[in-house]
Amino acid sequence: MDLVRPTLVQAAQMVLVLLLAPGLTGSVRKLKARLLGRQGPSIVQPYRDLWRLFRKSPVLAGNASWLFRVVPYLVFAFIWLATALVPTFCLGLPFGPWADLIAITAMIGTARFFLALSALDVGTSFGGIGASREVMIASLAEPAMLLVVFTLALVAGSTELSAITAFLLSPSAGLRVSMALALAALLLIALAENSRLPIDNPATHLELTMVHEAMILEYSGRHLALLEWAASLKLLLYFSLIGTIFVPWGLAKPGSSLTAYLAGGSFYLLKIGTGAIALAIFETGLAKMRLFRIPDFLGAALMLGLLATLLRFVSGSL
Amino acid sequence: MTLITALGCSAALLLISIASVLLRRFSGRNALVYAATLAVSLLSLACGIEALLVSPAGSPTLSLPLGVPWLHTHFRLDALSSLFLAIISWGGVSSSLFALGYGRHESSPERILPFFPLFLAGMIWVVLADDAYVFLFGWEIMSLASWALVVSHHREEENIRAGHLYLTMAAIGAFTLLLAFGLLASAGGGYLFSSIRASALSPRLAGAVLLLTTIGAGSKAGLFPLHAWLPLAHPAAPSHVSALMSGVMTKVAIYGFIRIVFDLLGPPSWEGSLPLLLLGGVTAVLGVLYALMQHDLKRLLAYHTVENIGIIFIGLGLALAFSANRIPWAAALSLTAALFHTINHSLFKGLLFLGSGSVLEATGEREMDKLGGLIHRMPGTTVAFLLGSVAISGLPPLNGFASEWLTFQAILVSPNLPQWALKFLIVAVGALLALSAALAAACFVKAFGVSFLGRPRTSAAAEARETDPWSLSALFANAFFCLLAGLFPGQVVNALGPVVQELAGQALPRQSLPFWEPMIPIAQNRSSYDAFLLFVLIAFAGLMIAGLVRGIGFRPIRRSPAWDCGYPDPSPATQYTSPSLAQPIRRVYASSLFGAREAVESSPPGDPRPARISVKMRDPAWEGLYLPIARIVSFLADRLNPMQFLTIRRYLLLVFLLLVFLLLLLSLWI
Repeated sequence: MDLVRPTLVQAAQMVLVLLLAPGLTGSVRKLKARLLGRQGPSIVQPYRDLWRLFRKSPVLAGNASWLFRVVPYLVFAFIWLATALVPTFCLGLPFGPWADLIAITAMIGTARFFLALSALDVGTSFGGIGASREVMIASLAEPAMLLVVFTLALVAGSTELSAITAFLLSPSAGLRVSMALALAALLLIALAENSRLPIDNPATHLELTMVHEAMILEYSGRHLALLEWAASLKLLLYFSLIGTIFVPWGLAKPGSSLTAYLAGGSFYLLKIGTGAIALAIFETGLAKMRLFRIPDFLGAALMLGLLATLLRFVSGSL
Repeated sequence: MTLITALGCSAALLLISIASVLLRRFSGRNALVYAATLAVSLLSLACGIEALLVSPAGSPTLSLPLGVPWLHTHFRLDALSSLFLAIISWGGVSSSLFALGYGRHESSPERILPFFPLFLAGMIWVVLADDAYVFLFGWEIMSLASWALVVSHHREEENIRAGHLYLTMAAIGAFTLLLAFGLLASAGGGYLFSSIRASALSPRLAGAVLLLTTIGAGSKAGLFPLHAWLPLAHPAAPSHVSALMSGVMTKVAIYGFIRIVFDLLGPPSWEGSLPLLLLGGVTAVLGVLYALMQHDLKRLLAYHTVENIGIIFIGLGLALAFSANRIPWAAALSLTAALFHTINHSLFKGLLFLGSGSVLEATGEREMDKLGGLIHRMPGTTVAFLLGSVAISGLPPLNGFASEWLTFQAILVSPNLPQWALKFLIVAVGALLALSAALAAACFVKAFGVSFLGRPRTSAAAEARETDPWSLSALFANAFFCLLAGLFPGQVVNALGPVVQELAGQALPRQSLPFWEPMIPIAQNRSSYDAFLLFVLIAFAGLMIAGLVRGIGFRPIRRSPAWDCGYPDPSPATQYTSPSLAQPIRRVYASSLFGAREAVESSPPGDPRPARISVKMRDPAWEGLYLPIARIVSFLADRLNPMQFLTIRRYLLLVFLLLVFLLLLLSLWI
């Protein structure tokens, strides 16, 4: 059995997502600025920010505990690994069988759990406001995500991402109502999970509206850099997830030639680019919601997910 | 041999209980009782594990000439019994170990020491029973001993109320189980489990037995709406007993349910799984929502037990539905998930209750809003409690996730079921399970964050001391097994194999032995999960990043005050508290379910009194079920009151009339 090549592919993917993630954040920012008629910072600005933050000394609040210092590494490791488990440019990743889609969802949940705890560690109201809002949003987004996973699993007969994608590429997949509903739900969830408009504004530092930024307000230096990087990775994760499941074309098959891998890679970049443009246009056209309108928004995602699952249970062809 | 040893253990526990009364004046009695209980529990743990893993084939039986003269008492140790024997014994081990340190601070040990070993012995008798007498005898000993422990601090008004409610519910539960056994025995004519098993009931009677068992075992386990006593009684007991009640006694109730429904009742009907699934889903979500609204740490944990019982019942309901439709592999999957969650819950709930005991001992507080900052003062307890919180929230790589993952897999194979009602219900139950998993994480962000993180809110919390080594070792032993079961779920599935084989007629495929292999419940290309390698990789990634960061240019950490927007307020009261942390979730979920209403009461301008915010909530279980029943009972009691003051002649007349009525009824029946 050839072990070298899959390992290389997996390693390539891990490095790829790591390097690509800040660029994605930078391009969405740039696109949004241009749409608003501003010049905007360069696409590589997030890389410069990370480099700068990594070299600054972190300032901790007086009573920050060891947990506060460990959480950035934990969150980063969980999100990085979850992102590396989603197929980007090829199928059949060797880490694939370690965690299915349910486990990936739960890994994101673990990262969120620790981040919310670290927000409470210093004992300021900002941390509390961020943590309490984040867990409320997650309490709606996570079940909705699981229902989307249920739908996909029932369509493909598997919870493994590679197997789901392989099934969707096969001729028996076809167009399905339940998949359309699942896509709609997943888009809503992706906005909420990544603290994008209209749920949360990644550019704001206003107390009344902050969610994610309030949680990481006390972080600085390399800790902040890790958390910012993890946030970019999470955005990339959802982009890859939507791209792999709903636009499964162009993925290299396991064991194909180098050119196929390269073609897969360029397809992937194309998908991500299209997604970034769509996100920028979407966000420019929207205002942030009031906090207590969010349950309606995510409730819609939950209901769409439930409807999609129900349709699958009722009929095999929908 | 294992059965005899296990029975010997229960007898030894009885002796310890008696000895603790006799040794009233002996000063080292506390340590002696707990050390002896610890030793005996270790022995019976060995019996359980031996019977489950080493020699699972035989299920030894034994009949002893005890009890009613011409009826012997019967015992049996099959795979199911040995699994629950191990769970009970582990609970005994960890709480005795904890109590070696914790029990020293007990104000009135004579109210606890005799009942603690007796409680364990009662539970052991329940799982070893092979006839209805022994089962119910053990069940009642378990109920009464735990009741005595609940009211051990009887000077507190609240504990007395909890004890009263508990006794009432335990009596109702035992009564329904008595009726269930009566119906079960009606067909075969004997109370021996083997004769019950050999006879078959008519479908209507089987339905009645299922209903009675659900009420009887469900009230002990904490199934909604029969859970009302549980969040009052479990926290009222001393913490090591709370750990036993929540972690172990609810599992004995699960055992009772499995024993009657899956073993004694014979082939199930699919309709029976409908109420189980519905109750399981509702219990899971309501349990965690109730927990989110609590501000007392132990009560929050008790409500969480309700949630986990819901998850276990979802698994059991699925298993019943699948085995009624003769899909044994799916039944095996659901049952494995339910039993795995049973083990997990006994581990992390034991851990968390013991941890809350350490906090209570160190600070004297159960109110989370009077704690805070314990991570600096009690580092060991904090680490163990954190591991327990991650485990109970169902997050990888700990054990709670492994069993929830299996439950999700079982839900995903349910399109194979032919009945439409089941298909629709299972989708809804799946959504409820997903919701409860997400809310559980929110709940433990609150429980752990408010109690252990932030700044201390009272001087008691600021001056807390780390707990003693005995208690800490009990906490870490539980945490270790949580981690172990989480990292190697495939091995737990293997260990559950004989039990599932016995109940569902088929076990899950044997998981491959090298410990790093993924867990594959159905087929390789369907779903697999490898916690160990995931854990290794995450640890590796975290360490690598830490190393890289150091390589880029490492600057030392500076300390400074937290950002306060320029308004320095040193008061720790400005931190988020448990009600404020739960406020968004309360608004979203509880305003309709619990009728939560917030009221702000602000004083007029110029008045220096502070404004107050208060929250009012209703409890749907109390208002919908218990209070109406209480009203009916008191109405009837008022009406029947004159009956107390009749003459003997009238009483005899009443007896005569009743006799005539019953004879009439009988003649009409036949």
